[in-house]
Amino acid sequence: MTAMTEKTLTDFVYAEARMLDEARYDDWLQLFTEDAYYWMPLAHDQQDPHLHTSLMYEDKLLLRVRIERLHGQRTFSQQPSSRSHHLLQAPTVESGDAASGEHVVRTAFLYTETRRDALTTYAGWSTHHLVETAEGLRIRLKRVDLVNCDAAFGNIQLFM
Amino acid sequence: MSRYRNNPDAIRALVRDTEVHKDTYIDQELFELEMENLFANTWVYVGHASQVPNKGDYYNTTIGTEPVIMVRHSDNSVRVLYNRCPHKGVQVAGGTCGNTGKFFRCPYHAWTFKTDGSLLAIPLKKGYENTGFESCEASQGMAAVHNVKVYRDFVFCRLNPGGPSFEEFFGESLSTLDNMVDRSPEGRLEVAGGVLRYLHDCNWKMLVDNQTDTCHPMVAHESSAGTAVKVWNEAPEGTPKPMAVELFAPFMSSYEFFENMGIRVWQNGHGHTGVSDSIHAAYSAIPGYWEQMVAAYGEDRAKAILGDTRHNTVYFPNIMVKGPIQTLRLFKPIAADKTLVESWTFRLVGAPDLLLERTTMYNRLINAPTSVVGHDDLEMYERAQQGLKSRGRDWINVGRLYDPAEKGQKNVVTNGTNEMQMRAQFRAWLQFMTETM
Repeated sequence: MTAMTEKTLTDFVYAEARMLDEARYDDWLQLFTEDAYYWMPLAHDQQDPHLHTSLMYEDKLLLRVRIERLHGQRTFSQQPSSRSHHLLQAPTVESGDAASGEHVVRTAFLYTETRRDALTTYAGWSTHHLVETAEGLRIRLKRVDLVNCDAAFGNIQLFM
Repeated sequence: MSRYRNNPDAIRALVRDTEVHKDTYIDQELFELEMENLFANTWVYVGHASQVPNKGDYYNTTIGTEPVIMVRHSDNSVRVLYNRCPHKGVQVAGGTCGNTGKFFRCPYHAWTFKTDGSLLAIPLKKGYENTGFESCEASQGMAAVHNVKVYRDFVFCRLNPGGPSFEEFFGESLSTLDNMVDRSPEGRLEVAGGVLRYLHDCNWKMLVDNQTDTCHPMVAHESSAGTAVKVWNEAPEGTPKPMAVELFAPFMSSYEFFENMGIRVWQNGHGHTGVSDSIHAAYSAIPGYWEQMVAAYGEDRAKAILGDTRHNTVYFPNIMVKGPIQTLRLFKPIAADKTLVESWTFRLVGAPDLLLERTTMYNRLINAPTSVVGHDDLEMYERAQQGLKSRGRDWINVGRLYDPAEKGQKNVVTNGTNEMQMRAQFRAWLQFMTETM
C-alpha cells in the first residue's frame, strides 16, 4: 500500500461529492465498505444513532434501496428527478493512523437540492471516516451534520 | 367577501354522505374557521407529561395555530397557558422547552406570572394606581386554558369553555392509549428518541385521511417498500432479515390483507385500522421483554396486551397513535396548504432498549423528511393540493363501502378498506365546526 498523502484524501472527498452531483449513484455506493454507514444526525452533537432518531442512519442495504428507488418506474416523487449541488470548503484531515489505514476528514459544505421550481440550500459539515483497502480508499462512515439538524424540513431526497 | 363566515348552512353543504367539497382542503377562510371553531371545540393533544417532569418545566407548542405553554405548576399539576404577555403581547416563554423556576418573567418589561398564569408582580406598579387597571384584562395575568385533562400522562385541552367532556369526546377510543401504556412493564411511557419535524405543502386533513387509507400502501409505496423487498430478495440465502426490512416489507401487503385486518370506527371522528391483524403484528420478539411483561401482568394479561395489533388510531382532529411501535404523529395546521408533521416516539419504561431502537428506526424510515416512504406520500398530498384547484371537479369521494345505516353508530368494526372512518371524521368535522356558530 502506498503512503497516504493529504491530497489523496481530500481529492477523494471532492470526487465523492462530484459523483453525487453527476448522479452516478451506483459508482458512489461502491465507495462504501460493506459495513459502512451513512449518518445524518437529528440532534446537534448526537452521539447515539440507535436510541435517538436520526434523519438517516443507513447501512449499505438501505442505501441500495434508496438508489434503486430513485430510478423506479413508479417513484413519482422523482418524476421529475431532483438534482444536487455540493459546494465544499477545502477538506481538512483531522486524524490519521498509518498502521490501521484509517483517516478522518472534515469538510464544511453548502448543499443545494432542487426539483421543479424549488431550490433549497443546506449548510453543514461532513465527516468521512476513510479506510485503505486493496481496492483503494473506501468510506466506512460518512457523517453529515447540518447546522440546523433539528429544524423542520421539507423533502430531502438525495445525498449530502 | 366571506363565503363561509357566519354561514353554517354553507359549511353544512360541504359534507355529503359520500363526498366532501374541495374547499374543505383549499379554502383559507375555512381554515381560519377551523382554527376558531373545530380546534377550540374539540379536545386537542398538547404534549406528554414526561416532557415536563419537574415543577417549572415548560414546553411550547400550538393548539391549532395558537401558541400555548404546557407547564408543571408548583402544585405538580400540568397547566396549559396561552403564551402571550397580557401587557404587550410578547410570547413569555421562549424556545421549545426549559425550566422557568417558580414564575414566568416576560423578557420585555419584566412582568412576572405564577405558573398558573396569575399576575405576580409589575415593576413600577404605582404607575397603574387609579388607572382602572383592576378592570383591565392585563390584571388577570396570562390566560389559562381551563379545560385540561391528563390521561395516563397524555395531555389534552379544549380551548372553549363549553363542549363535551373529555370522556364523552373520546369514549372507548382511549383503549389505544391504554394499550400503548400497558406495553410498559411499569405501565409508564416517556417521550424519548427525539422528534422528527416534516413540513408538508398540503392541508392537515390529507394527513389525517391517509392514516386509515388502506388502499394506498401497495400502490404509492411500491417505490419504497416494494424496492426494499426486491433488494432484500437479492440477498444471499441465509442472510438474517434486517430489522429495517421487517419494518418496510408489510407495507407491500395485499389488498386482501388490508381488507381482512379490519377497521373500527368510534364516535366523534376517532377510529383505528388493524382490528384482527396489522402490518405491525409480525415483528420479531425482543429478548427478555415477554418475561418482563409476564412478571408484571401475568401470562393471560400480557398476551392480551401484546396481542393487540392495532395499526393507526386517529384521535380526531389531529393526532395518530401506533401502540405496537410507540409512535404519535401530530399534524399541526399552519395554513390551508401548509402543515407541520411532528413524529414523536416513546420509551416503554422498564422494557429493553431494543424496543426503543426499533421505534426510532421505524420513525426514521417512515416519518422523516429524508424517508422514502414519506417522499411517496408527500408527493401525493402535494399533487392533490394542486389538483383540487381544478374547476373540472368539485368533490372528493369518500364513498367506498358506504352503508346508509352507518350514521349514528358508535363502535363499528368493518372491512379494513371501508372509508367509513374518513366519512366519520367529516361528520365530526361538521359538528364541531358549526356547533358554536
